[in-house]
Amino acid sequence: MSAPSPVELDEPEVEDLTFVDRPWATIVWNDPVNLMSYVTFVFQNYFGYARRKAEKLMLEVHNDGKSVVASGSREEMERDVQAMHEYGLWATMEKQS
Amino acid sequence: MSDGFQRRRGGGVVATFSGFEADLLRSLASQLVELLRNEVAAPSKGDDPLEELLDFSGPTTEPEDPVLARLFPTAYPHDEEAAGEFRRFTEGTLRDSKAQGAVSIIETLEEAGLPIELDQDGLVIDVELDRAGGMTWLKSFTDIRLALATRLGVEDGDEDYWLGLPDDDPRAHVYDIYQWVGYMQETLVDAVSRSR
Repeated sequence: MSAPSPVELDEPEVEDLTFVDRPWATIVWNDPVNLMSYVTFVFQNYFGYARRKAEKLMLEVHNDGKSVVASGSREEMERDVQAMHEYGLWATMEKQS
Repeated sequence: MSDGFQRRRGGGVVATFSGFEADLLRSLASQLVELLRNEVAAPSKGDDPLEELLDFSGPTTEPEDPVLARLFPTAYPHDEEAAGEFRRFTEGTLRDSKAQGAVSIIETLEEAGLPIELDQDGLVIDVELDRAGGMTWLKSFTDIRLALATRLGVEDGDEDYWLGLPDDDPRAHVYDIYQWVGYMQETLVDAVSRSR
């Protein structure tokens, strides 16, 4: 821990605003049909996630029943949900609290 | 029995089917097309009949058929109005693209030599797909499996039930087909992943 010292405050970093910029989330739900390999592939192919991240999200869906796979604006999430439905995954979207 | 899809040296993927298997796949794809195109997608009833006549967009309520309800799930589970709007603008396009995917399976099989009426033994069909074709088949396999599973009532972790059915139960036969398409899809995911 450092001692407090006088310092000039900077403007907020852009990162501090990401929560406000990404208020909606796309959720993928577990279903009894989809293959784990296919779900992983969809996450890599559509979202461009690295294999490891795609597998992690797939396992969350499989084990926890669902996972937040993306966040962003409402319009972006609607595109993502529509894409997930094209791939036959079960997806919904909601406002992040 | 087909070994499923393999990666092709020059790019793309390939699978060899018996005539029987190809005919079966064509039949499944045809049934999916029929289901997607036959249920009347009715827009919801408004108060103004003229407005209703001029409304060429899609339905706002979930399809009645459970297979279609699974293929076009609700995007906003807690907001009926938003869900209706989303469905109105997206279900038509989604329905068309799934139907087109199934049609393209049929066309590819027939181009590869599957006759209109299969009346010979020993026929062998080689199907070669480029990356786009591989993606189309992957999505269509999923749609076919979702349709079969919904009709059967497949649930998570219930394999023992299905495998324990007597051989003369027609559902056992459908479940075998469902498993077989799953096997084909597994090999296709693997082959497409390797051919990046």
